[in-house]
Amino acid sequence: MNEFEPRIIAFACNWCTYAAADLAGTSRIHYAPNVRVVRVMCSGMVNPIYALKAFEGGADGVLIAGCNYSDCHYLNGPIKCDAMFARLKKLVHTLGLEDERLRRERISASEGVIFARVIDEMVEQLKKLGPSPLKGAREKAPSPFERAREEATV
Amino acid sequence: MNLEDIIKETKTFYCLECGKCSSICPISRYDPAYSPRVMVEDALLGLEDGLVHNNKLFSCLTCGACQLKCPSDVNFPLFIQKMRAIASNNGQHGDCAHSGTTQSLTQLMANSTIQQRRLEWLSNGYRTSDQSEVLFWVGCAPYFDTVFEDLGFKVTDIAKASLRILNLLGIEPKVLPNEKCCGHDMLWTGDVDTFEELAQQNAAMIKEAGVEKIIFSCPECYRTFKEDYPNYVDIDCELQHISEFLSEAIEKDGLSFKEIRKKVTYQDPCRLGRHLGVYEPPREVIQAIPGVELVEMKHNREESLCCGTSAFTNCDLYSKQIRVERLLEAKATGADTLITTCPKCQIHFRCAMVNKGEEKGPDIEIEVMDMVNLVANALEVQDDG
Repeated sequence: MNEFEPRIIAFACNWCTYAAADLAGTSRIHYAPNVRVVRVMCSGMVNPIYALKAFEGGADGVLIAGCNYSDCHYLNGPIKCDAMFARLKKLVHTLGLEDERLRRERISASEGVIFARVIDEMVEQLKKLGPSPLKGAREKAPSPFERAREEATV
Repeated sequence: MNLEDIIKETKTFYCLECGKCSSICPISRYDPAYSPRVMVEDALLGLEDGLVHNNKLFSCLTCGACQLKCPSDVNFPLFIQKMRAIASNNGQHGDCAHSGTTQSLTQLMANSTIQQRRLEWLSNGYRTSDQSEVLFWVGCAPYFDTVFEDLGFKVTDIAKASLRILNLLGIEPKVLPNEKCCGHDMLWTGDVDTFEELAQQNAAMIKEAGVEKIIFSCPECYRTFKEDYPNYVDIDCELQHISEFLSEAIEKDGLSFKEIRKKVTYQDPCRLGRHLGVYEPPREVIQAIPGVELVEMKHNREESLCCGTSAFTNCDLYSKQIRVERLLEAKATGADTLITTCPKCQIHFRCAMVNKGEEKGPDIEIEVMDMVNLVANALEVQDDG
């Protein structure tokens, strides 16, 4: 059982997609366990650096998901997110990563099923692509936070 | 390297406490809490912790104005570079502008496993050749195009204009498809490990390419290759900035330019000017174009003011004030265009104009252009975009 298990970092908006992920859980919907969800207040606050840092830290794929255009708690979050995502996509493309490693979705709070389906789809695609070329190629010195955490656990 | 070695290497112990550095420092003029003299004093008193954990360490523009005025020849920019390496090991990184996107991209580029798609801007109109003995170093322009999209110019236009000029002079240069960042910003923010990794990868690629000469359009890459790479890797090539290359070509062959009626002024980038002493070649090139009148700003050549930020760290209110001051100086000359040779100077000036304070309005608006774009226009070439 040495099959490659991709790791996905999902930035999910507090009001819609995070609630959808919650709904998927409470509805007992099965989906791939490869995703780590990071709750953000709005998809419009996600900066390209979030995704770049995720790739730097060894993520195989990044999902940025938030409300539909008409549902946004802050009115224009998804529009901001779209503009940011267009730039992020170009950066990731220039860096030489496959376009499928980055995904933008709009999932409303009632769409737990769609959230589960998106994750399953992404995992399947990433398994075909294999590990990210940016993963673990460089041994980096631990950051002060990591060092502090190590000291605390010892 | 510890504090003692740094003091020895940068000759900090010669400091006379005269304070000339603090009086010429562009940051100190706006930020009274920042003083190069105090930093040097702290170092000599052995107050390493205070220095390293002070965010002001990352405010220095490393523009080199202080070094020029110092009667004891203390190498303050080098002192800052080495101190930042210690700070970086202690988890201090300064406040990275643009959320640290540019730094992060450089760190990602340092992975030897990636194969970038960095030449997509290169259209059929430009001739490059893999057999060429001349290499054109593109730099980070393909990334800057995306990161600085909203500033209303394409950084790759500088690379395109440079290729056009080289093509017109009968040179079909080589370009590297997987060129890495030169690591300038990493070195100057203290991340020496990443810098070394990048230097080694670049050196290996250049060796494999077997070129005899490298031409740069970015002064930061040029400085890094010329001054910093020899400490880490061997680059056995002739290095030239495009302004030096062009001024030689004008002297030798006398290029035929079309007339451009324009009054321009020239901003010396700190890396090309004070760091490497290249003041005249860009001016010779600009003046060789008929119809172009070059007027100097109040501060020019060695005295030139910085564009306000270096290595994309600690860009703050004071940086903005420096930029506005420089733009006002450029406006005061009555020039139509501010010419520079550094893409980052152009980014910073354009940023100041886009995000201007309400009080400054149209007072600071001036056309900013790279020298190679002016030359390409004068050589009567059309950019096919």
